Formats: sequence, C-alpha cells, structure tokens
Amino acid sequence: MSKHFAPACPPLGLTGDRIELAHGGGGLKTRQLIEGIFRPALAKRSDDFTHDGARLEIDGARMAFTTDSYVVRPLFFPGGDIGTLAIYGTVNDLAMCGAEPVALSLALVLEEGLAIADLQRIASSIRDAADAAGVAVVTGDTKVVERGKGDGVYINTSGLGRIIAKSPIVPQRVQPGDVIILSGDVGRHGVAVMAMREGFHFETEIRSDCAPLWAPVRALIGRGYDLHCLRDLTRGGLATGLIEIALAAGIEIMLDEHGVCVCEPVRGACEILGIDPLYVANEGRFIAALPEAEAAAALECLRGFDPAAAIIGRVDRATEVGAVVVDTLGGKRALDLMSGEQLPRIC
Amino acid sequence: MRHVDEYRDPAAARRYGDAIAQITTRDWILMEICGGQTHSIVRHGIDRMLPWGVSLLHGPGCPVCVTPASVVDAAIAMASRPNVIFCSFGDMMRVPGEAGTLFTARASGADVRMVYSPLDALAIARENPDREIVFFAIGFETTAPTTAMAVLQADREDLRNFSMLVSHVLVPPAMEALLSGPHNAVQGFLAAGHVCTVMGYVDYEPLVRRHKVPIVVTGFEPLDLLQGIYMCIRQLEEGRAEVENQYSRSVRRNGNERARAALAQVFTIEDQAWRGMGEIASSGLTLAPAYARFDARKRFPDIVVPTPNPSECISGDILRGLRKPGDCPAFGTRCTPEHPLGATMVSSEGTCAAYYRYRRLEAGEMALRRRA
Repeated sequence: MSKHFAPACPPLGLTGDRIELAHGGGGLKTRQLIEGIFRPALAKRSDDFTHDGARLEIDGARMAFTTDSYVVRPLFFPGGDIGTLAIYGTVNDLAMCGAEPVALSLALVLEEGLAIADLQRIASSIRDAADAAGVAVVTGDTKVVERGKGDGVYINTSGLGRIIAKSPIVPQRVQPGDVIILSGDVGRHGVAVMAMREGFHFETEIRSDCAPLWAPVRALIGRGYDLHCLRDLTRGGLATGLIEIALAAGIEIMLDEHGVCVCEPVRGACEILGIDPLYVANEGRFIAALPEAEAAAALECLRGFDPAAAIIGRVDRATEVGAVVVDTLGGKRALDLMSGEQLPRIC
Repeated sequence: MRHVDEYRDPAAARRYGDAIAQITTRDWILMEICGGQTHSIVRHGIDRMLPWGVSLLHGPGCPVCVTPASVVDAAIAMASRPNVIFCSFGDMMRVPGEAGTLFTARASGADVRMVYSPLDALAIARENPDREIVFFAIGFETTAPTTAMAVLQADREDLRNFSMLVSHVLVPPAMEALLSGPHNAVQGFLAAGHVCTVMGYVDYEPLVRRHKVPIVVTGFEPLDLLQGIYMCIRQLEEGRAEVENQYSRSVRRNGNERARAALAQVFTIEDQAWRGMGEIASSGLTLAPAYARFDARKRFPDIVVPTPNPSECISGDILRGLRKPGDCPAFGTRCTPEHPLGATMVSSEGTCAAYYRYRRLEAGEMALRRRA
C-alpha cells in the first residue's frame, strides 16, 4: 500500500498530562498506563503484568492471587448489580489462572447519602454470588467519602485461589495449530449496562451475562485437556481478549466472525449505536486456547454449560507482529485495539 | 438479523461483484461522500471486490472530520468556562483541535457530557437552570433536523440557559466544490443514503446536468454499495449522467418534507470552512436571526479562536480524492488514531482511521517482505 509505511505498533509511551477515562477502558490507553508507569515502577519480571492474576508458590502450594475494583454505573442493571460483578469478576480472574477460588476480601467505598436499602440489596447479591461461586468472603473494610466524591458504591475484591491446572495457563503457550473456543454469546453485559445508563429501551430486555466461570473451567481441567490459555472477556470484549493473546504470544489468530454468537437484541442495539459487539464487555464469557486434537471434546464439555459455546478461531502461524484477522468479502482484515471505550457514531 | 443479514449475504455479493466485472470495459473513478459508507466499504473489503481499474475515492463524508480545528478549540474554550455544561456527541469528544480534545478538557475539570441527541441537552438545561448549557451541533443534513427541533423546543419553552455551537455542513456544495476544482478526477458519485433520506435528491439534479457526472443515491450495507457501484458504472459505460436512487427503501425524491421545513425555519445557509478543504461557498448552516439568541458564539463573544497553521497532514488531498492514506509519510507512524495529525484520522469514520483499523495487516506484510 504505502512505500513509507512501517508496521510499528502504536506508541506505548504515555502522552498528555492528565488521566482520562480512556486510561481505564482496558484498551490501548490502559496498556500505555501499565507500560509507561506501573511496569517501570514495579515489575521484577517481564511477564508480571500480562495476565489476569499472579501465580505464587508458597511452601510448595501453588496459588493464584488477583484483585479488581468495580465502578459500574448504574449500580443495578438487568441481570445483576455491582455486588454480583465484584464477586464473579474476581472469581473469574482466578479461574483464568486455572485456580479454584478459596477466599475473597471485600472493600467498599460508600458515598455519603447512599440509601441503606441499596446497600442491603448489594450485600445480599454479594452473598448469593459468593454462594453460587463456592467462595467465602473472609475479610473486609468499609470507608465513607463525602457526598459528591463517589458514585454511590465502589467495591474492591481480592481473591486467593488454589491452582489445580498442571501446566501454566498463559498466553505465551498459545501456538500454531491451537483452536479458540468461546464459551457463549457475547455483548450482553455491555449493552445491558449502556441501555440502562442512557435510558434506551429495546423491545426485548437485554440482561447481563454475568456469571461465575469456575465450574466450566474446572470441568475442562478435570477432563485433562491441555489448556494453553484462558481469558475472560470483560472490558474491550472478545476482540481485545484475542488481540492481547496474539500480541503476547506473537501469533496470528484467524477469527471466524460469523461463528461468534451475538443474540438478536444485542446485534440490533449495536447496529443502531454503531458499535461493534466484538468489542463490547462481557462478565460471564471466556475463551480457551487448546490443541486442535482436543477441541471437539472440549467444545462438547462447554456446551453442557452453555449451548452457544463454539469454536470461533484458530492459530494460523507465528508472526513477528501478533494479529487477529477476519475474512471479509474482499480478503482478510486485522482487528485493532481500541483507544478507550467505543463511542456511538453520529452517522 | 432481519434487514441486515440479507444485505450482507456473501454469495449475493459475489454475484454483484461478477456483474460489475461484466459491464466494466475501462477504468473508472468513483467517490462516496459518507463516513458510514467508507467504514462499510473498508470493513467489508468492498473496494477489493471490484475489477482492476475501478477505484473508489473516499470523499469528505465524515462530519466529525471536517469540523474545523478552530471550532473544536472554541468548543474547548466554552466547555472550560466554570458555569458551563458542554454537551457533545461521543465521537466528537476525541477530536483534537490545537488546544486538545473535549476529553482532555474534561480531565482538566470542564463539565463535558456525552449526549445522544440535542434533546438530551435540553433536558439537562431544564434540570440545571443556574448553569449555561451549550450543545455542540455538528453533522450533515442527517443530524441537522434534530438540532432544529431542539431549537424550536427551546424557543417554545423560552429556555434562557441553552445555546448551541453550530457547525453543520451540507453535502451538495462540497460535491460542487470537488467537481469544479482544478484537479478533479471523480467520474461518478455514490450519494449518501441517509443525507438523501432527509433532503431527497432534487439538489443533485443540477450537479448532474452541469458536470455530466452520474450520481447514485446509495445505502450502507455491502449489497447496497455493490448495487450502487453497479448502477454508477452502468451509467458511465452507457454514457449517461443521471441521478438514480439505489436506496429506494429509504429515500424519496423530495426527502422528508417536515424535516426540511424545520431546517428552513431554523437555519440560514452561509459559507463555511471545512477541515482539510478550506472555505466552501454556501456549505454551512447558521441559526436564522429569529433564533440567534441560541447561538453560543453570540453568548460567548469574547471567545475568538485563530485558525491553526497547516501541518504536514495531507487530509485535504485525501478528502478531495487526490491521494490515499498510504501516500502519506506520517500515516501509521506519526499519525495514528491516538495522535491524529488531521481530519481524516480523527474519527472512526475518517478514511485514514478506517485504513488504519482495517488495512494495517497488508501494509505490515508488505513491509516485512521488503525487509526479507
């Protein structure tokens, strides 16, 4: 195309002198923050920041440790609330390390003026979600900030898990010949929250997909499949999850866009808003990369949990520049990391 | 999904591709003037299904891209006033002027809110009677009617804390400017389906007569675009130059008459600067004298922003169809969606941004091959 063009990755240096919302969006700007500030300040090893959780070995016991903060607005949405997310999100990060959740911490930052009834509702969601995920909340903390200094409730949870997978589950193990399985349909959580926040009404109510993922992951591990990598598809959605794996592993993933299940109401909402469901957040979906020989059986296993599970891609080859490509009417195109959250297009 | 899948059917698309190849006997240069069409063409690879020698140029069809940097700077200056709530469409918030973006203004303390409609801004004005609410009214004839409705509503309610920074632009004058330019290469146009849904296509009829150039009103899905291209090439091959309507499921010759009446009531037409293209005669809308009290520029008369100096950016040539993104030495290196140098990289609908998102793979492979 161009005689000048060099396939340089987007600059990962930090620019601007203020934090913008996009720095928390999970895309390019979040990577810039990690690479520009946190890795230089904190990293001892090169792969410290590439996965959902840390793997630790304590007196021979293999543990996973992870933490996450939850700042969703509105606090309550169809299919869940901030309490549900705070449990499932952290449990799912442990699951992506091949770890059974053992214990969680729970820290709340409450805004002066929050209705006690809302807090009660959130607390009971937390209890129900912890029960469903089979994990105990063992320690906690509460702070209150002045009115106007918070969004009602912020929650942080940290989680400790016992790793039961034999081999490490990390992007670097994904290799040519691997197949990518997606655990269900995508896009529902992001669209449900956006619809609630912006007051959009659709004919069919769209409910968040938020759910604990340890049960299907445990089933895959229990059957002895050689899981190379697992990734839950939160901020940035399926596309971002795939691209991060491709970049970390130095591979080209061929994505079968038509194989990705997106339910009709979500497709319709995305068409109207001009956003791409591949980049919309989920809270109960993951992808697994594993050898092709095991793919059919692993898919069968996942379909026991969600009939919409599907094989959606394969790793074609190793490349210098990691990429995720899809077929179009006129040839292949590459998916890109988004800069910040998707914005509705005006025309 | 109904009304979408049938217009993306790969087998039907290939049949249209073959049909275009069958009727094409020589090279043709067509242009679409709609960011949504550009996006769809590059996303689905429509341009690469066409016979060798048929090229699609991507015209100034992205309203966010063509909004002058000085207007963005004026928006940032207004938004930064302490008592102002500044309301904007989402994709305008990432667009840089010289003074940053509305996002960076917000990070520095400005109260900038993303809205989906000017009517949302009206609601904010009602809820905040002590604050000044400014709505950033941008876009083509597609978004202008809702701006007009908001003005009429604000007028009825006598809302005194509501105003708008208007930078609406019109498509036919830009086409006239392209066609009468000294380097025009465009032989046929795909006109934007949604602009015509509002305005109809009567305004294109004099263009067709004057410049002997076919114009086909075209939709946005792959099959719409392929059919529009087919109809345009058929006219060229047969030596005809007419206005034809591919997007008849949405477009009537006279458009949406109520929307047009609202535009005529609220706005007057004036000369307007386009980012990357300069001043185009009679190509912009400004509030009519009866509604001038809603003009944010009059409410903040002390905000005067100079037009910035041109950079190395070639977006002017790209918007005119003279060059493609790959011809620019800054493309993909010094100029990315993160750090856009100019109009066509700033919005996801811009040509350079669309190429950056969807065409980096082949560019990367070419570079690797060169290195080997």
